[in-house]
Amino acid sequence: MASQPLPAFRALTFFPMAITRPLSSPKSSPNGQCAASRSRTEPLWARLLLISLALGFILLFLAVPLIAVFVEAFRKGADVYFASFQDPFALSAIKLTFFVTAIVVPLNVIFGLSAAWAITKFEFRWKNFLITLIDLPFAVSPVIAGLVFILIFSQHGWAAPLLESSPVKILSWLPFLGDSIQQWFLSHQVLFSENHGAWLYKEWFIQVIFSTPGIILATTFVTFPFVARELIPLMQSQGKDEELAALTLGANGWQIFWRVTLPNIKWALLHGIILCNARAMGEFGAVSVVSGHIRGLTNTIPLHIEILYNEYHFAASFAMASLLTLLALLTLVIKAVIEHFNSQEPA
Amino acid sequence: MGFTLLYLSLIILIPLAGVFFKAFDQSWTDLWNIIVSPRAMASYRLTFGTSLIAAIINAIFGVIIAWVLVRYRFPGKRFIDALVDLPFALPTAVAGIALTSLYAPTGWIGHYFNETSLIGSLFPPDGIRLAYNAVGVTIALTFIGLPFVVRTVQPVLEDLSHEIEEAAASLGANRWQTITRIILPELRPAILTGFALALARAIGEYGSVIFIAGNMPNKTEITPLLIIIQLEQFNYAGAAAIACVMLIISFFLLLTINLIQWRASRFQLSVR
Repeated sequence: MASQPLPAFRALTFFPMAITRPLSSPKSSPNGQCAASRSRTEPLWARLLLISLALGFILLFLAVPLIAVFVEAFRKGADVYFASFQDPFALSAIKLTFFVTAIVVPLNVIFGLSAAWAITKFEFRWKNFLITLIDLPFAVSPVIAGLVFILIFSQHGWAAPLLESSPVKILSWLPFLGDSIQQWFLSHQVLFSENHGAWLYKEWFIQVIFSTPGIILATTFVTFPFVARELIPLMQSQGKDEELAALTLGANGWQIFWRVTLPNIKWALLHGIILCNARAMGEFGAVSVVSGHIRGLTNTIPLHIEILYNEYHFAASFAMASLLTLLALLTLVIKAVIEHFNSQEPA
Repeated sequence: MGFTLLYLSLIILIPLAGVFFKAFDQSWTDLWNIIVSPRAMASYRLTFGTSLIAAIINAIFGVIIAWVLVRYRFPGKRFIDALVDLPFALPTAVAGIALTSLYAPTGWIGHYFNETSLIGSLFPPDGIRLAYNAVGVTIALTFIGLPFVVRTVQPVLEDLSHEIEEAAASLGANRWQTITRIILPELRPAILTGFALALARAIGEYGSVIFIAGNMPNKTEITPLLIIIQLEQFNYAGAAAIACVMLIISFFLLLTINLIQWRASRFQLSVR
């Protein structure tokens, strides 16, 4: 049996199908064994029972909700469906989501590459500890991910003294949903001017407007491990022989990276990027905590879905949801295609 | 290397350390009072209880699904295989509203169990409620956790050599004995890992649960929601205190997972 890349990591990798499988492992063909001798497979009734159990469970828990999204979205007809995308708040939510994703994904790709490079090509102590740390955001509740940034960047947070002097504030957070914001400001204006002076109110207001960085930070936190954990097992199983060979032939660092390493890891990298992208666009818990839910300003698509749903605009809510569902389906299709290519092309 | 550490510290380590510092801003008694307040205790009970049940359901059905996907051939298999990853790809808010619309008393599935239906009328006065209670939370958490078990068991099952099974069969074991005595022990570390991963995810889950939970204080309020409620009341220290409890449990689970993996790999090394 081939040595496993790194046991803890292998099983923790969420999509370990083709890409993280040890490449040299002997491929058995389990499908061919079905009709083989009776002692090595189950009787027909057991097979049928197991298949129907598995299919029934998947239908009930995965397929039906998927269908439900589209049925609910079109319940009031295609007109209402498409009209819900015309809403300026919906448009701004879509725009913000794409903007945040466009920043977060490249950041985490760069990090993922450098982390995987550091872990697999160099030797140092505490390596497994570092890998565990990279995994942390998967074990931490997204709500806590949002909470940490509030603790740091809120008015009373650690970074408040650092940020007070700067014109651009990092984070906004308001206790109520969009509708009551006007009211909230009116009632709190007095409080602020009494406690901290009127200038703070002004600063606070600036913060509210520039809240996108907070969303970006929270999204970065939760999508942090996707690229790194796709790359690390693969690069570990590949070793560094090819890089060393390139080095002895006189290639410099960049040449090694672009001509040797990158072609070897391109599928895993792409895999990580689409997963990171899907999560970045769909993140709800962490973003919900930091955004402040200001319609037209700090609402991402998932937050907009929540607001519409809570206001009983079910059709519009499911219409927005169908957009993200399509994205999820697209992600699954790309993933299947990548795995298909990857299994055909021996690395 | 340096960049990795810097980025890791900036995005992950410093923020998480901040939670602990914030929690210990207050006195020990205040901290303790928040952690063991009746409302918090009720939320722990709900969160951990439903997470545990959901993880157990996932462990059972996850193994069956992985088994079916690896060993059998049936139409639509590739499609089903791809569909298993849906909970990873689908945003949690979307999953939440979809599940709620299905399992609410008026929903597609829920209306077969409400008080006016055939099944529901056997359970007066409300029939069986599948949403806005602990059952609903369990349903959402099962949805979220399913791929973890399937995707950890599946590769191990694929790599399992057929020789052991053949040896068992040739020594006179029947199929049931082969499965329970040979295959399941081999799969145990993978099943445990998948179970722990599903559990960890379920405990922290927020988006898909809040729609179906009902969110009634002391009854159907999950712990992550309690953190958000504390934040909305500007009780940052209280939020941080509860977050600490969850963080410590997450660390513990992560440690357990790594320990299982480590022991499994040592075992394999000594055998092979």
